[in-house]
Amino acid sequence: MTSDLSYFDLVIAGVGGQGAVKVSDIIGKAAVSDEMSVRAAETHGMAQRGGSVVNYVRLGCELGSLIPCGSAHGMLALEPVEAMRYIHDVSKDGIVVMNISPIYPVTVTSGQCTYPDPKEIAARIEKDYRVVAFDAVALARQAGNIKTLNVVMLGAISSYLPIAEETLVECIKNLVPPKTIDTNLKAFRLGRETTRQ
Amino acid sequence: MSGREYMLGNVAIARGIVEGAVDVVSGYPGTPSSEIVDTLASMNERDFYIEWSVNEKVAMEVAAGASMAGARSVVTMKHVGLNVAADPLMTLAYMGVKGGMVIIVADDPSCHSSQNEQDTRRYSVFSQIPCLEPSTPQQAKDMIPYAFELSEKYEIPVIFRSTTRISHGKSDIKLAPVRQKTGEIKFEKNPDRWVMVPKNARVRHPHLLSIQQDIRGEFEFSGWNELSIEAENNIGVIACGTAAVYAKEALDRLGITASFLKIGTYPIPEDSVRQLLAKTEQVIVIEELEPVIEDQCKVIARDVGFETEIFGKADGILPRTGEFNVDICMEGIARAFGIDSCECKPATQAMELPVRPPAMCPGCSHRGTFHVMKKVFGEDAVFPSDIGCYTLGIQHGTVDTTLCMGASISVASGIYDAGEKKPICCTIGDSTFFHTGINSLMNAIYNKSDITVLILDNRTTAMTGHQPNPGMGKTATYEPTVEVAFDKLCSAMGAEFVEVVDPYDMDATEDVLQRAKAYEGVSVVIAKRACVISAAREGIRYTPFMVDTNLCKGCRKCLKFGCPAIEFDEVSKKASINSMCSGCGLCVEICNFDAIMEVKK
Ligand code: SF4
Ligand code: SF4
Repeated sequence: MTSDLSYFDLVIAGVGGQGAVKVSDIIGKAAVSDEMSVRAAETHGMAQRGGSVVNYVRLGCELGSLIPCGSAHGMLALEPVEAMRYIHDVSKDGIVVMNISPIYPVTVTSGQCTYPDPKEIAARIEKDYRVVAFDAVALARQAGNIKTLNVVMLGAISSYLPIAEETLVECIKNLVPPKTIDTNLKAFRLGRETTRQ
Repeated sequence: MSGREYMLGNVAIARGIVEGAVDVVSGYPGTPSSEIVDTLASMNERDFYIEWSVNEKVAMEVAAGASMAGARSVVTMKHVGLNVAADPLMTLAYMGVKGGMVIIVADDPSCHSSQNEQDTRRYSVFSQIPCLEPSTPQQAKDMIPYAFELSEKYEIPVIFRSTTRISHGKSDIKLAPVRQKTGEIKFEKNPDRWVMVPKNARVRHPHLLSIQQDIRGEFEFSGWNELSIEAENNIGVIACGTAAVYAKEALDRLGITASFLKIGTYPIPEDSVRQLLAKTEQVIVIEELEPVIEDQCKVIARDVGFETEIFGKADGILPRTGEFNVDICMEGIARAFGIDSCECKPATQAMELPVRPPAMCPGCSHRGTFHVMKKVFGEDAVFPSDIGCYTLGIQHGTVDTTLCMGASISVASGIYDAGEKKPICCTIGDSTFFHTGINSLMNAIYNKSDITVLILDNRTTAMTGHQPNPGMGKTATYEPTVEVAFDKLCSAMGAEFVEVVDPYDMDATEDVLQRAKAYEGVSVVIAKRACVISAAREGIRYTPFMVDTNLCKGCRKCLKFGCPAIEFDEVSKKASINSMCSGCGLCVEICNFDAIMEVKK
């Protein structure tokens, strides 16, 4: 059950270094420009060194920054295993936008754990949620820099957010390094196309 | 500047410090507190002094000194840092202050990045220094100017308790104008106040006790505490900090109304507690970590003879450990009042997911140092370590102990003193060495330990966000300053074996560590190489490396090295190097088949 205490509760899941904080910043600032109250929670410190990261953004919400279990309106997952790890935060009628290109943890590369098949992950999640899954790394590469993966994903979720597209574009321009604006805007467009009906 | 801005809680706190017209700020980095000083230090225009101190005790004393001279001062740290600063804290309570002094401490329920989850409010009770606790980043900002005023009014420092969710939460923040500076900076001699010899301390202790009632009286009517009585229902909730916001959402989701007392001050508003208890039959106290308010409510109820049932941590309705959230509050409230909760439990994971622990970065010099250290000393040697990025070496089997900042060397001595015969090699970072490692090293040398001390000098305080330290030749605001030379410092303390090595040069490092191991007494080796993140920021780029699949035998030796850039292809049974490679070249020396090489241009 999603909540009416907030217009949109978003879970952002990924791996330290993928730019989850940047995405939440762009959404947060955009929401403030669109005159919404915002609450967000970030992962800092330990998890940043390639660890598992989950951030929350609550749009139009005056309460705390943590989203209650099973009630998020949507999820932006930068990495498939991390989508699965935090999927219980999302409401059964929520939308899950996920990148299917994996990042292997050291526990996998060093042979202690195995990494499940990303397609299998997507299929499992599809059983209970509305899912848009695609290879965002390929799109980021197409935009000109694989580091824009986070903005590709932002583009994809943007179709569902209660924020005007122009406002998001403005915020991207203000928040990414000036030299990379064009690449990032292209990444945003490519991402948005994956979810525009 | 006014208006509304989207800010990190710590940035909002920094803004509150500026709005409160601060004069001096000091601190020691520690998650989740670090961004407060980082934000203030990176401001282009600043009319206050700011520093990163070498540890929290020093930072507290700098802020105290400033306050004695009439300045408004702030000191920041994380909860465990307050243990280091506890010595000046306890006496400062007696001595009091002149200019407003705010002690900002960030607690970390659930130990997101800490070695314990202690509750700073206990220090408030212990020292009898008042404490303010915000529920939202907005309140955090607004509380700081008030904290200065309160501190000046009662001439006592004020503790400001934040938690991870406030410090690292983000929110739209309404800004207020920056206040005009008023105080005159002038140290006035007043030995009765500023010299805590027994004669003076004996006078100040009753004084400290006597102002408690006044402060409590002031808080009774303070806007930081909010009481609402619900005549329709005889249940009540008392909550503080972020837990108060969760509790409100929980009530809303459960669809029940209850009398509500939000507490933001310590000493707590006892009259408000009494009013709430008088109007209710059952009350739940919701607070993160220690049952500070719960205990006091029970005392009040007993003193007045109220029959109200008080639920909370003591009865196990709410957990004593870990961070709270809306779900925990919903469950607690439902259990306390016997309501059906439509609670949602995370379903047991339908799929086995690989754990993803944080790891040292690709190209981190510590990985090379640890590798050689293990080779030279043997896997069975004892490796006491300390707090910083290198603690992540636990995955490599090179971190056997981590107690608290600076303890690695003293723990190593203790293990040696106990009669341990295995070789002992302890590791400590540059910033941590300055923090409290120096004392431990001096002690080890003086008391004739036979250990090797490896100072992992990555030229920064990396774990908390790359704050400068005295080894860098830069202040908090990146002004050039003296650069403390580790080797000379160690020699001056009497160390006779002191060598500096570059951990990227594994052969040379191995040679030095061999000699250090053979040396009888304290040998000090400084492994010096800038953190890859700072190096990259300074524009240093190396050519990445690759695996020649013809030469790779699939032995997985390089994978055990643990660099996140090295992967294994299960189909071809060959190793490969991904785009995260930073080109340190360390893995070249790991491969027995010369299969790893620089990418040819
Ligand atoms: S931040 Fe620097 S010191 Fe820390 S793990 Fe990465 S490279 Fe090593
Ligand atoms: S050179 Fe080897 S050890 Fe260094 S970052 Fe690249 S893959 Fe990792």
